[in-house]
Amino acid sequence: MTAADRDRAIEESLLRPVFETGRTVWVTVGLLVAVIAFGGYQWLRQLQDGMVIAGMNQPVYWGLYITNYVFFIGISHAGTLISAILRLTHAEWRRPITRAAEAITVFALLMGSSNVLWHLGRPELIYIPLLYPQPLSPLIWDVVCISVYLLGSIAYLYLPLIPDLALLRDRSPRLRWLYRPLALGWQGTSRQRKLLERAIGVMAVAIIPIAVSVHTVVSWVFAMSLVPMWHSAIFGPYFVVGAIFSGIAALLIAMAILRKTFRLEAFFRPIHFNNLGLLMLTMACLWFYFTFAEHLTVWYGNKPDEIAVLNARLYGPFSTVFWSMITCCFIVPLGILSFKRTRTVAGTVVASCAVVVGMWLERYVIVISSASYPRSEAMWDGGLYTPSLVEVSLTAAEFAAFALLYIVFAKVFPLVSIWEVKEADERDVEAVTDILELEARRGPAEA
Amino acid sequence: MPKWGMAIDVDRCNGCNACVVACRTENNVPTAGPDQAKIGRAIEWLRVERHIEGEFPNVRVRFVPVMCVHCDEAPCVKVCPVSATYETPDGLNAQIHPRCIGTRACGQACPYTVRSFNWSEPSWEAPLEQTINPDVAVRWKGIMEKCTFCVQRIRRTNDQARTEEREIRDGEVQPACAQACPAQAIVFGDREDPESTVSKLSESPRVDRPLEELGTGPRVFYLREGDWGDSGRPGSSD
Repeated sequence: MTAADRDRAIEESLLRPVFETGRTVWVTVGLLVAVIAFGGYQWLRQLQDGMVIAGMNQPVYWGLYITNYVFFIGISHAGTLISAILRLTHAEWRRPITRAAEAITVFALLMGSSNVLWHLGRPELIYIPLLYPQPLSPLIWDVVCISVYLLGSIAYLYLPLIPDLALLRDRSPRLRWLYRPLALGWQGTSRQRKLLERAIGVMAVAIIPIAVSVHTVVSWVFAMSLVPMWHSAIFGPYFVVGAIFSGIAALLIAMAILRKTFRLEAFFRPIHFNNLGLLMLTMACLWFYFTFAEHLTVWYGNKPDEIAVLNARLYGPFSTVFWSMITCCFIVPLGILSFKRTRTVAGTVVASCAVVVGMWLERYVIVISSASYPRSEAMWDGGLYTPSLVEVSLTAAEFAAFALLYIVFAKVFPLVSIWEVKEADERDVEAVTDILELEARRGPAEA
Repeated sequence: MPKWGMAIDVDRCNGCNACVVACRTENNVPTAGPDQAKIGRAIEWLRVERHIEGEFPNVRVRFVPVMCVHCDEAPCVKVCPVSATYETPDGLNAQIHPRCIGTRACGQACPYTVRSFNWSEPSWEAPLEQTINPDVAVRWKGIMEKCTFCVQRIRRTNDQARTEEREIRDGEVQPACAQACPAQAIVFGDREDPESTVSKLSESPRVDRPLEELGTGPRVFYLREGDWGDSGRPGSSD
């Protein structure tokens, strides 16, 4: 197979998902829209009646919406880590997976911050913090960091997309009005290439500290208050580790689904699942280390107000959630990812599903259990808080909207960076694409 | 300028809840109904907690009126993203209702859990709606509210004193709870004035400042003999 043949095969298999839409996709889109519409209806109900139809109370002022907020912003760390760090370290195997990761970042950030709308008592005044910010409030730090991160990650998604947009501009039968301006007149000249590489390099360096700051500040919304088991100095790094951990898991799940739906087996290969699986194993160990250190310190210190929260987690009303979290975030991934035999595509996907569920439970445990046991013992909620219909349906709607955005993106832009895969060094080609698979694919197409 | 403060003598409190009723009426605190109250939706600017001390037979129940303690270093003031809660020059923690956007960060940050959220549009069961106090704004759904030390009474007395070109006298300002207390357990006054009753009480050996160890500097303090603890009346068993 010559280099030109290989390039053509890569283009064909990566543009096909953009141009051709199967029945499964339409059915999925229909279902997702239904879930989102139901969530929207429930939100209207909440706007009408007030937060009384949500499950929150005094002292659990923060409930499922804040849980989802922290969870989705955690997921958004997939893109940065995979893409920026692997780009900077010149890890060649990253080439086919960077864009899928960067898209997760943007959409997860949108979903995470949308929770503010349902959470606020008066969402119509959401602009007030922008006009009259009170800079001592960690919520304002959040607004600043997340806005910067959102803009940065959109830029970081867009820059490597430019050469592919030019390809679409030249090849696509539709949406040329969109591709042409977005491609910025890309012709692939050496000067343009040099500029693009430099811009991507700068963004890759810049986005890492921004991403770290985002989840640190999200944790500070909790850690800066005096609430038992929130007021902890390790919350910043603990949240960052958890964010990267859940981000990798989300990316692995997305890759597995794309691989099946759009027949991208030649690009999302076992080596990617193996490497990301190893990375996730490392994060699982780190996460467990932080969790252990946090809880041991509280247990040993034995301060009454903190022990109340700890006991609720270990054997009180939150024990089911807490131990499911430990199982999903540590035991399951450790069991699956430690062995080469089980670190397969299917294996890593099972582990990833456990991790995503487990990390959501972690956010739930952190937010709700501390809120349920304030210092004032007379106000203990004692595990009374249960998410109501409106909170559950809005949670479902967020997941659905996330999936929908991802599908729409895949129908407009290639989810694997075509030019970057084509550009892989000859000797690294094996690592990036499966030549045999490509050839087999090409055979019947020409016949 | 005075710095307002409050002393509550727990040893005098018999748990009659007159202060709670007076507070609700004075400040237009809406009723939530028994079902909502049971699941933590009641709005209470002032609640009377029951603390059980000791073990049978040496056991007693103590009643502790709890309201916003108007901290010197208030955690709620720091976390509010829009300065809807702030500190006035005369030492009150005030809440600007129209500015509040309902993040509930202040409620979550308050170590005393004394801030209430309007989960729904406020309502009063008939005939309570006829008791609405015209001096106090009725709040609306989606915002936080809490004890104001009856700021409307403070301002009115202040204006009165100013027209008469004199200082406010000790005991001239009485929040609704203090006024209603039959045991006179609640005393309100200027902490800056060393002659005021509240200042004198603050030197009592019975003083107990709630969660003082957090450094919040509560401006409400309690007077109480020591807790009985788990072993019952002091000196009875050990």
